[in-house]
Amino acid sequence: MQRAFPWHLIFFLAPAVIIYTVFSAYPLLDTLRLSFFTDSESGERSFAGLSNFVTLLGNAVWSEAFWNAMWNNTQFFLIHLLVQNPIGLGLAALLSLKGLRGARTYRTLIFLPTLLSVVIIGFIWQLILSPLWGVSENFLYALGLGQYFDAWLGKESSALITLSLISVWQFIGIPMMLIYASLLSIPDELLEAAKVDGASPFRIFWRIKVPLILPTLGLVTILTFVGNFNTFELVYAVKGALAGPDYSTDIMGTFFYRTFFGYQSQLGSATMGATVATMMFLVILTGVMAYFYLVQRRLTRYQL
Amino acid sequence: MLSLKPTLSLTAALMTASLAVEAQTLTIESWRVDDKDLWQNILIPAFNQQHPDIEVRFNPTSPTEYDSSLNARMQAGTAGDLVTCRPFDVSLNLYRQGHLMALDDLPGLDHYQDFAKRAWSTDDGATAFCLPMASVIHGFFYNKEIFSELNLDPPETLDEFHAVLETVKSESRYTPLALGTNDQWEANQIVFTNIGPNFWQGEAGRLALINGEAAFTDAPYVAAWEEMARWSDYMGRGYPSQTYGDSQNLFALGRAAIYPTGSWDTSYFNDQASFEFGAFKPPVAEAGDQCHISDHTDMGIGINPASANPEAAKTFLNWVASADFADLFTNEVTGFFSLSTHPVEVNDPVAAEMISWRDECDSTIRLNAQVMNRGTPNMEQELWIVSSQVLNGDITPEEAAQRIQSGFAQWYEPKSE
Repeated sequence: MQRAFPWHLIFFLAPAVIIYTVFSAYPLLDTLRLSFFTDSESGERSFAGLSNFVTLLGNAVWSEAFWNAMWNNTQFFLIHLLVQNPIGLGLAALLSLKGLRGARTYRTLIFLPTLLSVVIIGFIWQLILSPLWGVSENFLYALGLGQYFDAWLGKESSALITLSLISVWQFIGIPMMLIYASLLSIPDELLEAAKVDGASPFRIFWRIKVPLILPTLGLVTILTFVGNFNTFELVYAVKGALAGPDYSTDIMGTFFYRTFFGYQSQLGSATMGATVATMMFLVILTGVMAYFYLVQRRLTRYQL
Repeated sequence: MLSLKPTLSLTAALMTASLAVEAQTLTIESWRVDDKDLWQNILIPAFNQQHPDIEVRFNPTSPTEYDSSLNARMQAGTAGDLVTCRPFDVSLNLYRQGHLMALDDLPGLDHYQDFAKRAWSTDDGATAFCLPMASVIHGFFYNKEIFSELNLDPPETLDEFHAVLETVKSESRYTPLALGTNDQWEANQIVFTNIGPNFWQGEAGRLALINGEAAFTDAPYVAAWEEMARWSDYMGRGYPSQTYGDSQNLFALGRAAIYPTGSWDTSYFNDQASFEFGAFKPPVAEAGDQCHISDHTDMGIGINPASANPEAAKTFLNWVASADFADLFTNEVTGFFSLSTHPVEVNDPVAAEMISWRDECDSTIRLNAQVMNRGTPNMEQELWIVSSQVLNGDITPEEAAQRIQSGFAQWYEPKSE
C-alpha cells in the first residue's frame, strides 16, 4: 500500500519557512545580488561585476575605513570574549552554589540591563561618565582614585574600550543565564560522587563542571561573535554615526550605516552599502564555519 | 434596515469631501523637527487665511536622517509635494536626478538677491530649483551677567578675545567657553567656519580654494586652526566627551561665559536661560580690520515633480516669497533670517544684533558648502574630524591642513572660470 503524502509536514513547516524566506533569506540573497550592481548619477542601476568589492578593498579611502572598522570590531569582540564570558561563567558558578542566599534576586538584577533598550543604556552611561554632570568622578575620588578620572568616552585611546565595557555590562546576563542553565543540568549524583571521592570544590569545578558545559561555552562564544559583528546601536546612540573621535569607535555596523544611508552631505549608496553588508555576512559566515569545523566537532560530549 | 439609506448617503458625502480635500493637500518635507509647532500653529494657519482651499502638512525628519530618507522616498515615489532644500550639492543632485522641479517661471523668485539664489541654482546659474528661505549667521553668545560681574566688554579683536577668556579663567569659577567635541560637528560648523572667514578674507579665500589659487595648507587657513588650538585651555573639564546638549546646558545654567554658536540657538536660550545674553561677532586680527561673517544660506524650498498638485505647490512657494512670510518667519522662527529682499523688522534683540552685522561686515557662506563636498573622502566629515582633533590637541594645525588638502586634491581638478 502506498503511503499518503505527509501533508501535515508541509502544514507545520510552512509558517516558519515562509516567514524565514520572506523576511530573512530573500533580503539576504537580494543584498548579495545588489552588491554586484552600481547606480549611475541619474539613478539608473547596471551590473558592475566585482567592481564594488575592488573599490572597497582596493581604493585607499574605502579600504582604510573598512579595515579600521574591521579592526575596531575585532577589538570590540575580543573584549567581550575576554571580559564578558569569563565574568559570566564566574557569576553563573557562584549562582549555582547550593545554599546561596538571594540567588534569585542577584540573577534578576544582573539580567535586568539586558532587557533595557540600548539607547537608554547609552544615555545613562554617557551621563554617569560625563565630566560635567556625572557621578563617576566623585565616586572615584571617594575611593581615592580621583586622579585617574578622565573623559574616557571622548578620548581616541579609550573610547572604544569604554563602549565595549558598557556593552559587556549590559549583556553579561546572557552568557550568565546560558551557563547557569547548563550548570543546573549537571546531575547531583556526579558532584556528590566526586565529593565522596575527596575532590575539592575547585577541582570539581575545573575537572567536572567545566568539561560538561564546554559545548555551552562554545555556543556563548559564537553568539557573542555574531552579536558583536552585527552590533550598531550602542555606538550610534553614544557617538553618532560618525563614530568619533576620528573613527576610533567605528565598527562594521556604523560603517555600513554611513555607506548605505549616507550621513549629512555624504550621499548614501544602496549598492556600496550592499557590498559592505555582504562583507559583514562573509566575515560572520567564515567565523561561524571555522568554529563549527575546527572547534564544535572536536568537543567531547558526555551523555548525562 | 431603516438607517441604511442615510448612512450610505453620508458615506458618499464623506468620500466626496475627502476627495476634494485630497486634491488640494500639500506635504512639506523638512529636517526642522524643532519648528513643527511653529509651522502648525502659525505659518500654515497664516497661509490658510489667504488660501483656505489648500491643506498643508508639515512632515519633518531628524536632521542627520533627512537627506538619506528623502532620497529613498524620492526613489520610491512617496516623498511629499514640497521639499525643504539643503544648500548646494545635496539639492543639486536631487535636481539632476529629476527629483526637483525647475522654478524659472516662478514670479516669487524675483524677490531674492543673486547670492541667495546661488545656493539653489545649477553651476552655470541658469536654472533655479529651490526658493531661498533662510540663512543662519554665526557668532558668539555671551552671558551679560558674568561679563558685568567681571567688568568685561564684548571683544572685538583676537587679543581682546583671549584677554576675556583669560580673565574668566583666572578670576572666576565659570567655564570660559561652553564647547565640546564629542559630537564633532560643532568644531567645524560653529568654530572653524565661524571664526575662519576673518583669516581667509571670506569669499575671496573660499573662491581661491575652488579656483585652485590657494590650498588649505596656506597660512590663512592654517591660522584658523592655530587659533582653535589655543582654545583648549578655556574649554570645560573633560570637553572631549561633552556633547552639544551638554554645552547648551552649561551655558543656559549660567556656568559658562561664552558660547560659540549659530543664530538658530537664539530661541533655545530665550526659553532656557534665566539671564540676559548678548552676541558678539567673530573677532578680527587688528582693530579696524574689515570683518567677515559666516552668513550661511541654509534652507530653501522646492517642488517635487511627482507632486499631484503642482499648481497648489507653486501658490505656496509664491506665498513663501511674500513680505508676510518673510516677516512671520524671521520673527517667529527666531534665528533664521529671511533671504528675501523685503525689509523686515527683527524684534528679538539678539537676532537683531546678529542681522545688523550684515551691514558692517562682508558675508560669506560655510567654506566647504559649494563644490568642495562633492567628492570622496567627504570634506564635511573630514573637517568635523580634524577640527575636533585640533581642539582636542591630538593633531597640529599643520597636520589638519595637510589631511584636508590631500583628501581634496585626490578628486578635485580646479576649473578656472
